[in-house]
Amino acid sequence: MTEKQKGWKEVPVAGVCWKPATDYPTGDWRTFKPIRDPEKCTKCLLCPMICPDSAIEWNRNTEDIQFDYDFCKGCGICANECPAEAIIMTREEEEA
Amino acid sequence: MTVVSVQQNVLALNGDEAVALAVKQSDVDVVAAYPITPQTIIVERFSEYVADGEVDTEFVCTESEHSALTACLTASATGVRTFTASASAGLALMHEILYVTSGCRAPVVMAIANRALSAPINIHCDHSDSMVERDSGWIQVYVENSQEAYDSIIQAFRIAENPEVLLPVMVCLDAFFLSHTLENVRVLSDDIVQGFVGLRKIPLVASHEGKKVPFRLDPENPITIGPLDLYDYYFEHKRQQEEAMNHAPQVIKRVHDEYAQLSGRRYGNGLIETYELEDAEIAAVCVGSTAGTAKTVVDELRAKGVKAGLLRLRTFRPLPTADVKEALESVRAIAVMDRSNSFGGNGGPVFHEIRHILYDSKTHPHVVNYIYGLGGRDMPQSLIRGIYRDLGEISETDRVESRVHFAGVRE
Repeated sequence: MTEKQKGWKEVPVAGVCWKPATDYPTGDWRTFKPIRDPEKCTKCLLCPMICPDSAIEWNRNTEDIQFDYDFCKGCGICANECPAEAIIMTREEEEA
Repeated sequence: MTVVSVQQNVLALNGDEAVALAVKQSDVDVVAAYPITPQTIIVERFSEYVADGEVDTEFVCTESEHSALTACLTASATGVRTFTASASAGLALMHEILYVTSGCRAPVVMAIANRALSAPINIHCDHSDSMVERDSGWIQVYVENSQEAYDSIIQAFRIAENPEVLLPVMVCLDAFFLSHTLENVRVLSDDIVQGFVGLRKIPLVASHEGKKVPFRLDPENPITIGPLDLYDYYFEHKRQQEEAMNHAPQVIKRVHDEYAQLSGRRYGNGLIETYELEDAEIAAVCVGSTAGTAKTVVDELRAKGVKAGLLRLRTFRPLPTADVKEALESVRAIAVMDRSNSFGGNGGPVFHEIRHILYDSKTHPHVVNYIYGLGGRDMPQSLIRGIYRDLGEISETDRVESRVHFAGVRE
């Protein structure tokens, strides 16, 4: 982010958030990335419900499950819980 | 003399009861507390007001002091007025939440009945419990008597809730000497106090929805207070707390003056109280109830022609640097009296700060330290006379033999 940071005279008191949480792409903390095997996936929709970051959504247009990697922190709960074992966690490749 | 404009009743109250009455009259919405000697009478008496239907306050009995302050902080974050009281180990258990309260800019008011910290266990007076919290972002007022405890609690709500300040306030009264000692206390009527304290003012703050909304937790206008704040913004928020402390002295003085108009009672300028200090050559500096005894000694010395004076620090946080410097600059020798110690710190906390203020003075008075009264040890006139005698010698010889003393300890 290249946005100019506010000084103490401008910033709201007590850490009150002046931007919504969706402005912070928390996915860049991730070490392991969930990858879904569409062959195995039964689209049971358990994973969108259990994702603690609401980073798995049902896409109405494609009628398929979609990961939002901007917010997925790679916790692995979806992979652990998937009844069809369709999600595997893979180590993020280190950037050169 | 200020002309007293309203009728007041004289009641026989101890310091704790005086605090409870002031809280009752200040229209407090939530009181959460956990009992600890010598504060217990405050919340005990207040719980009677609640049981008897004399107040419209939500009274929360918590399982610890940590929870009591958390309940006050979170209630305060919704925009209501809150109060709690503690002492000694109870205040120490609140330590973590003291910082959260000031960081969340929650104007909680708390009475502290100053009591020693264990071990060995001791329930009596010294200032170790609140002095150790001087860096927690709370305003600290130390009172001399129960009358001042009553008056200061009423003022504290106005100071804490001022939108330019928005900081929690501790009103500190000496254990037993004040908390349990009956005194004639002049009290204002309920409606006069309610009118003085008024309704809590809520400033506006920018929210994540791009609106200016009241700074309080409200489902209609949601905001988040005190979340994760790393190296990018934490420092800015801490700088704001310092600025709030910078605004506090003017607000404390203004509220103190306005209250004096109503009650006819003044405590110096609200920040410091000077006694026979104008032409003083030697002076003591103290906080709390010891000032009463010291004033008697000063009167006695003055009658003998000794130019002795006293400075009582009423507001310790924010430290009234300019006022103290001006008041003490022309004194030749100064004894700072500390009712707590900073072990290994070469003197007590009040000494460190008074001496730090005077470093910039052109006159460079001698400043020595007397640690006294730990664990409720009495501070009689004879010991205070001895301190002034030492100061006389320093002033005469222009020499300090020993900087830090322990007054009243057996060798």
